[in-house]
Amino acid sequence: MAVKDYLRERFFPHIWCAGCGHGIVLNSLIRAVEKLGMSKNEIVMVSGIGCSSRISGYVDFHTLHTIHGRALAFATGVKMSKPELNVIVPMGDGDALAIGGNHFIHAARRNIDITAIVMNNRIYGMTGGQYSPLSGYGTLATTAPYKNIDQSFDTVQLATAAGATFVARTTTYHVQQLTDLIRRAILHEGFSVLEVMTQCPTYFGRKNKLGGAVEMMKYMQKATTPIGSKAKQKNPELIERGVFVEKEQPEYCSEYEKIIQRAMASGS
Amino acid sequence: MESKIKFVQGNEACVEGALYAGLEFFAGYPITPSTEIAEHLSSRLPRKGGRFIQMEDEIASLCAIIGASLTGHKVMTATSGPGFSLMQEALGYAVMAEIPCVIVDVQRGGPSTGIPTHVSQADVMQARWGTHGDHAIVAFTASNHQDVFNMTVEAFNVAETYRTPVVLLFDEVVGHMREKLEIPEPGQIPLVDRLRTSVKEGVDYHPYLPREDGRLPMSDFGGVHRYNVTGLYHDMWGFPSDNPSVVHGLIRHLVDKIENNANLIARYKKFHLDDAKTVLVSYGSAARSALHVVQHLRGRGQKIGLLELQTLWPFPSDIIQDVCNRAEYVVVVEMNMGQICQMVKQAVDCPERVFLANRIDGVFITPTDIRNILRLVAGKGV
Ligand SMILES: Cc1ncc(C[n+]2csc(CCOP(=O)(O)OP(=O)(O)O)c2C)c(N)n1
Ligand code: SF4
Ligand SMILES: [Mg+2]
Repeated sequence: MAVKDYLRERFFPHIWCAGCGHGIVLNSLIRAVEKLGMSKNEIVMVSGIGCSSRISGYVDFHTLHTIHGRALAFATGVKMSKPELNVIVPMGDGDALAIGGNHFIHAARRNIDITAIVMNNRIYGMTGGQYSPLSGYGTLATTAPYKNIDQSFDTVQLATAAGATFVARTTTYHVQQLTDLIRRAILHEGFSVLEVMTQCPTYFGRKNKLGGAVEMMKYMQKATTPIGSKAKQKNPELIERGVFVEKEQPEYCSEYEKIIQRAMASGS
Repeated sequence: MESKIKFVQGNEACVEGALYAGLEFFAGYPITPSTEIAEHLSSRLPRKGGRFIQMEDEIASLCAIIGASLTGHKVMTATSGPGFSLMQEALGYAVMAEIPCVIVDVQRGGPSTGIPTHVSQADVMQARWGTHGDHAIVAFTASNHQDVFNMTVEAFNVAETYRTPVVLLFDEVVGHMREKLEIPEPGQIPLVDRLRTSVKEGVDYHPYLPREDGRLPMSDFGGVHRYNVTGLYHDMWGFPSDNPSVVHGLIRHLVDKIENNANLIARYKKFHLDDAKTVLVSYGSAARSALHVVQHLRGRGQKIGLLELQTLWPFPSDIIQDVCNRAEYVVVVEMNMGQICQMVKQAVDCPERVFLANRIDGVFITPTDIRNILRLVAGKGV
């Protein structure tokens, strides 16, 4: 199938600003699904609220655009009630880790077979540039006019500690890797987290004087390095890209099937 | 073979009703006095191939059942006041996206953590207006276990018929008290399944284009029709829209589909109302004491009757008017500061003849409490 067969052209033009990284994630996501040869009918995309969450409107899957921060809770109901479906949940950094932080760690802990993509632009894009739990110490935002004093989460460490069985990170600059990691995250059986560092030139870029989309993407190229690279040893400040965790562990819905077996065997 | 006659708590009667109605998926978070519902369903649901999950909070619980409803299942969650407060945003989502689901609130005293193990009926207005924005809602209640069972079945039927969340407002007394429950034979109470689209694969399906009768046939997630569901105002494709005529059309549809059918959704019981000069209006466990008073005073020749409401929302104004406008006095019996009493006053021609008999101290309202108010109303002093 061609890429455009996965899009709902009726719903274009999209709402994103020129240069926004969210469109790159959409592109890679569709290429990953295409490579996997999945049927559109077997994919449910569940999203919350934010610029990133609007991605669900543009793809021709079953799509559930929900409320801010709760996408993983809705997705849990979708997946558990029909485990044969593939459930993909794109989220903003605020959506996933501020208001949705509790659902995030619990979905990871359960190891339910959902693919969570955290589109991390380090800002609340949709509401106009307030700081997020991933903005980072010292950054500027409309609600941090004297510089942000909040420390950030490390999404990878958080997901790992919470029990996600596939954890990876890349950026919108590294589109080949992005497509490949989405593909692997979907294939993984269990809770997969992919953090995608992405750019919001309109707010994060402008507030922090980082230039336009091109400059921001070049920055992501320079600021990151493959996991365990020599560059990282020389410069510990570099952010690592790649797969941090990939392990097999009982998946939640499969485990629940066993509960059904046990309950049925115990008679009514 | 399970016995058809049981001696159970009201919460178990609710579980039995839900299973009878075809419940397949439950998500919840423990809270007194509703917890027994989750406990029983964790054991009962998987035995029939259904699924139970204890979520991380009540927000997640309602969100999860909405997701499960979209894959084509009958779904329910259960909570009490504090949890019901947490659910309000997702409740509005279910209204907006027209998702059939049942939410049980076994009421306890509030606000806040309030009085967890004692009775109250003070969530009536939370059920009506807890979520933001104009909207319609359906809420049922019951005063005894057979009715808890029946109204639970009704809740599923109405949720599936109108594509709406339905709130079951029980209370601590009904939830925890034990009494007899007779489970009807399968088929004895008709069950409603949601309308599913007959549109064939490859032909455009408009998920949010109401038929002439206002109903919207659904298509299960995972099926051949792929569409968008959102809490934003949306067009017939389910795609976000801020077009004023789309917005206006949708809010009218959401409200009208419930309010225009208020009389069809109204469930109530009449006791000795034909010649009643004094009319008690009550619901839930408070109606038990009200009925006791009516039976006692009838024995003494007084013309008193009871209207027991089982539908609280949409408010059954027509039946209230019909019953109350002929009465000399109307006394609303409830365990809150007059949440339904206000509604009755609005509905009748002479609101000055409507009085409140209530308790708000966590103690179950007794027949004596009600009789004392009746004496005051009649100018006799206590
Ligand atoms: C309960 C609730 N609180 C706040 C909002 C307002 N709101 C909408 S999107 C958003 C944050 C978006 O930031 P993020 O999740 O990082 O996504 P982005 O727009 O950056 O892609 C907020 C605070 C809301 N819609 N609902
Ligand atoms: S505000 Fe930022 S995140 Fe939102 S669309 Fe524009 S660039 Fe993208
Ligand atoms: Mg963001």
